[in-house]
Amino acid sequence: MDALPTTRTCAILDRDGLQALIAALAARGYQVLGPVLRDGAILYDEIAGLADLPAGWTDRQAPGRYRLERRADEALFGFAVGPQSWKRFLHPPVETLWRAQQGEGGLLFSTAAGPSPRYAFLGVRACELHAIAIQDRVFCEGPYPEPGYAERRRDAFIVAVNCAEAGDTCFCASMDCGPQAEDGFDLALTELIDETRHAFLVEVGSAAGEELLTGLPRRAAADAERAAAAAVVARTASQMGRRLDTAGLKELLQDNPEHPRWSEVAERCLSCANCTMVCPTCFCTTVEDRGDLAGSSAERVRKWDSCFTLDFSYLHGGSVRQSARARYRQWMTHKLASWIDQFGTSGCVGCGRCITWCPVGIDITEEAAAIRATLPEPRGEDHGGH
Amino acid sequence: MPVALADPFLPQPYRVERRRRELAGTVTLELAPLAGACPAFAPGQFNMLYAFGVGEAAISLSGDPASRATFVHTVRHVGAVSGALAGLEPGATVGVRGPFGRGWPLAAAEGADVLVVAGGLGLAPLRPAIYAILARRERYGRVVILVGSRSPAEILYRRELERWRQRSDLEVRVTVDHADAGWRGHVGVVPALIPRADFDPQDTLALVCGPEVMMRFAANALLAAGIKAGRIHLSLERNMKCAIGLCGHCQFGPSFVCKDGPVMSLERIAEILAVPEI
Amino acid sequence: MEGIEEILGRHPFFAGFAAEHGRLVAGCARNQRFAAGEYLFREGDPADAFFLIRHGRVALELVEPGRPPVAFATLGEGEIVGASWLLPPYRWRFAARAVELTRAIGIDAACLRGKCEADHHLGYEMMKRFLPILVERLQATRLQILDVYGKR
Repeated sequence: MDALPTTRTCAILDRDGLQALIAALAARGYQVLGPVLRDGAILYDEIAGLADLPAGWTDRQAPGRYRLERRADEALFGFAVGPQSWKRFLHPPVETLWRAQQGEGGLLFSTAAGPSPRYAFLGVRACELHAIAIQDRVFCEGPYPEPGYAERRRDAFIVAVNCAEAGDTCFCASMDCGPQAEDGFDLALTELIDETRHAFLVEVGSAAGEELLTGLPRRAAADAERAAAAAVVARTASQMGRRLDTAGLKELLQDNPEHPRWSEVAERCLSCANCTMVCPTCFCTTVEDRGDLAGSSAERVRKWDSCFTLDFSYLHGGSVRQSARARYRQWMTHKLASWIDQFGTSGCVGCGRCITWCPVGIDITEEAAAIRATLPEPRGEDHGGH
Repeated sequence: MPVALADPFLPQPYRVERRRRELAGTVTLELAPLAGACPAFAPGQFNMLYAFGVGEAAISLSGDPASRATFVHTVRHVGAVSGALAGLEPGATVGVRGPFGRGWPLAAAEGADVLVVAGGLGLAPLRPAIYAILARRERYGRVVILVGSRSPAEILYRRELERWRQRSDLEVRVTVDHADAGWRGHVGVVPALIPRADFDPQDTLALVCGPEVMMRFAANALLAAGIKAGRIHLSLERNMKCAIGLCGHCQFGPSFVCKDGPVMSLERIAEILAVPEI
Repeated sequence: MEGIEEILGRHPFFAGFAAEHGRLVAGCARNQRFAAGEYLFREGDPADAFFLIRHGRVALELVEPGRPPVAFATLGEGEIVGASWLLPPYRWRFAARAVELTRAIGIDAACLRGKCEADHHLGYEMMKRFLPILVERLQATRLQILDVYGKR
């Protein structure tokens, strides 16, 4: 497997080199974000250096289950993905859109968004690169680009990490979204760790990445090191906990809105919205209008929303999707099917978060397979001849 | 290519110039921008109207598209926001974002007969289309306007319908679901008027707006009359928050009603129109 | 003056009707004229006819005690008034009132029922024409009872 495109510039960073990378990003004015250990999970937050990274920890994931465990080594990126994604920075969970003042001349609206920090993301997985690319399409490629997202996205510096470990709920390989980071990064790391070494093969993905790398203490990558990095990704690809058969999946879901499986899954689904909150591509939001008690000022706050809430489809008089069955169907059909109509790509990258963080362990790959396996006979099918 | 606004989320302040009571709980507001002229709109488009401190609602444009002095909106009090909007008096300011959405495909109606089917407040988003057609009446064939209402007291734009009915170049029929003793017009649902109207089904563009059930019945009657699904256009209603396809609320199968609609051809939506809770 | 057979032949209800069947129906038919306000029939009357409206408008009404009659449908040119003549006990279940001057062809029900019994081809042709009208009106009634324009 020729996992690393040979045209890319490669180098080797050791741990000090990685520390220098973080420092160089901070020196360039980036707010550097990376994985940190917190609240019993690996989350994404501001990091000052290597010491903040979850060295020696991994995550064990299963449907409805997430546990941290010690690793036998001191790997810095030896885990899959946690409950958060980079979405929370590019597309914040809560954001004030504008403020309004009631003055003598009437209402005055002013935009509330200040300048966003310039983010550097360290440790972006292949599935997450794809998720960011999908949200780029959602927010930037329509007739009305989302100005805040577009600005944060434009300014972001992305350091990807090739996964050395696939979780039990991972299925990026079958979604063509990993585990190899192929595109959409400035730099990409592959962690090489064994008894003899702890280093990072770094690939350049952009001019900005190249420029940054030039200033770092590094050495050339040997062929053996390139091969070792390729082997890491190949091993991960072979360890995928799950797969999703995407062949004809769009039509399968869109043509079967009355499949009995929707009712079956609705009996388990709690409509808790966890899957939509942890999903790195779910983009839906609602707004909250707040006024002060004096009635002189008001503001509009945008918040992440979920198609699992009743309010989501509210039309005067009632909600369109009253049943959990309809709401689950909407989520899954949107994610895997109508997303393709809307944005030319599936909305799923195979990160497995919706499976891990579902409190009852509903597995999107299993639901898709069940619908495929028990397709009802087409109505009106003629079995008896003429 | 639509023009990208600097900030599509930021409302512009408009003043209520006039307020006219149409029906019980239903008013028509004329809104003028505090600065400049109203942006141009296409019949069938909508604005997001913001009532200070209460919230925002999608309200279709119901005035003459040729007039740039004011936006005209007919609002019915059905919830907190529409109630606040309907209660606004002249002089009050509202926030306006828009116009948004795809309107009626009037260009496709040129040279053809036009059949307008409206139920209840569904006449509001159709009125700009009627104005546009009347402004260039010679470009269209027969123009038929069928209006359904709950009762004679609840006929929207009644005086205007009366005026249109006097014209020799329009066929206007109004029907009510429930008649009182004084009503001398049609009684029955508006789809029942479709077989009685005079149009060439081979060359007619049908524009339909009203409650979704009524539109489904009307669509079936139009198909039965021989109009092709691609020539039947419905204006849909879903929960709209952002109006620009970014918040996800108004999804209707693969479509975002706010940006792919609100006007959509029956051909595009026929398969999911009758799917419950889609 | 145009004969009743020709008038029937041009009425949309009889589109595609065989000439021989047209003659049979015409034998039961007569021209009728109802002034505005005049009743074609009232609830409970024997359903001894049905009507093809040529011009004018007819309101179908039900009466509640203490209230003016409620019109639940109006019918106009080219439409049919009345189906109760098809079913025992052959009594009208509602009233039909001319809203304006109305010209119609009234068809004697006993006469036509007899001919339909005698000639099932004719009976079947009549049924094929009545059933879609009844289904359409059932559909319209469904929509009407939903009261879709009200605040709900």
